[in-house]
Amino acid sequence: MSIPFPSDAWIKAMMEDLNNSQAYLDAAKNWEGDFYFIIEPDGVLDHTVILYMDLWHGKCREALEVTDPNLKSPAFRLSGPVSTWKKVMTKKLDPMQAMITGQLKLQGNMAMVMKNVRAAKELVESCTRIPTEFPV
Amino acid sequence: MWYFSSPNIVFGEGALSHLEKLQGRLACIVSDENLLQSGFIEQVRSFLPSDIAVQIFTEVEPDPSLETIRQGAMFLQQYQPDWIIAVGGGSVLDAAKGMWILYESPDVDPSAINPIETYGLRRKARFVAIPTTAGTGSETTWAIVLRDTAERRKLALGSREVIPDWAILDPEMILELPPRLTADTGLDALTHAIEGFTSTFHNDFTDGLCLHAVRLIFEYLPRCYQNGSDFEARQHMQNAAAIAGLGFGNSMAALAHGLGHSLGAVFRVPHGRAVALFLPYTIEYCAGGDPQTLRYVELVRALGLPGETQNAAAHSLAHAIRDLEKALEQPLNLQELGISREALEREMDLLVANALNDTQTIMSVRVPDENDLQQLFWSAFEGKLVNF
Repeated sequence: MSIPFPSDAWIKAMMEDLNNSQAYLDAAKNWEGDFYFIIEPDGVLDHTVILYMDLWHGKCREALEVTDPNLKSPAFRLSGPVSTWKKVMTKKLDPMQAMITGQLKLQGNMAMVMKNVRAAKELVESCTRIPTEFPV
Repeated sequence: MWYFSSPNIVFGEGALSHLEKLQGRLACIVSDENLLQSGFIEQVRSFLPSDIAVQIFTEVEPDPSLETIRQGAMFLQQYQPDWIIAVGGGSVLDAAKGMWILYESPDVDPSAINPIETYGLRRKARFVAIPTTAGTGSETTWAIVLRDTAERRKLALGSREVIPDWAILDPEMILELPPRLTADTGLDALTHAIEGFTSTFHNDFTDGLCLHAVRLIFEYLPRCYQNGSDFEARQHMQNAAAIAGLGFGNSMAALAHGLGHSLGAVFRVPHGRAVALFLPYTIEYCAGGDPQTLRYVELVRALGLPGETQNAAAHSLAHAIRDLEKALEQPLNLQELGISREALEREMDLLVANALNDTQTIMSVRVPDENDLQQLFWSAFEGKLVNF
């Protein structure tokens, strides 16, 4: 059964997938930093949704939908319209190209990102494995 | 959506004379001590207008470190140039690009240079790249490879802003290149062209550039190696390296670069020698992936080699590359590079970790996991065909 994106159930499904992924564990051994994935309105999604993930050395320690943006102070924020997220998650848009061209905006410690690009790739791979129902 | 970035390019005999047209106040020439001693810097300087003052920084080492970038940026801060002129091989050009970013944006951590953020370059200075090798392609790319000495790792970084304003390709600058350096750097260009054509970022704007560069390199690199004073061959190789740079610079390199960066940082193997050694092994590895993602048939057709299926074409291409490397008396495996089994075993974890997270590894059509990376290193050690 498909899980609606973006939602608390969806980010928890991704947490479960990541924690079962040997490829992510290998790639993200050195990763330290939690994320806000910020999904901006587009199509029938009429409000911004923030999904939080605490990523730590190849594991996800916590994942939830956040209604108060000030609830956490994550090390990284990745934001963009839901239609762009859909293109990335359905492999119609390369995530690196999305970030380089500004279609997705990444803020945070870029040295950590540049040294752990494979972790980012495996993170996106995990997204593509979740059976997802998109609002656009 | 994607970009194609290119510098203005001046090429051919007498290209250095373009420097006479520069207008400005002060130029900092970034280079290395060998090029200073061999008179190349003076040659470049002689073309600059007399009203442009010149300061020279020659502290760049092979595989420049993050520390060198910081040191060079302080030099630029001290003299406040409005032109930065990088004269040298890939190490010098990459170092100068990194220094340029820190000169214009002093708070940047050089290990964090990335194509996502903007640095506001050209507020203080513009950039001229004058290659003294025919291979790096750095003169036409926005790539920067720096070495993190603490982590014994190369960082494949970049920013579209550091594409040089001018690339000056004067064949006079490469006529004295020794045979080994000719081979190492020329094979680096071949690796750029092949990986630029086969990477996941390949596109219509780069395909023709990569294919033509491959043809030029197979034709002219052996001539350059056999006879360094073959002016025609030198000129074509210089162009081929820059064309390959335009190609892969806009479509990215791939797995041979991921493995080569890792090996180069740990065992201090010259960049071109390392990436070229891995190139046939990585082609064979990719041939075991999804045939729909492979593009080797087009490559072998361009070279007049056999290979009707992607798999057959991949092996045909790998064979042709090894033949070229033999003709250039290059090492074909890690043992011929002088790496022992014990040393490889000792460093394997670091080699695999570095290759796994190299920015170029993930551009490959088949991305290896830890186990596959180990097998690739061992195949390259033993000189075995890759068939997994």
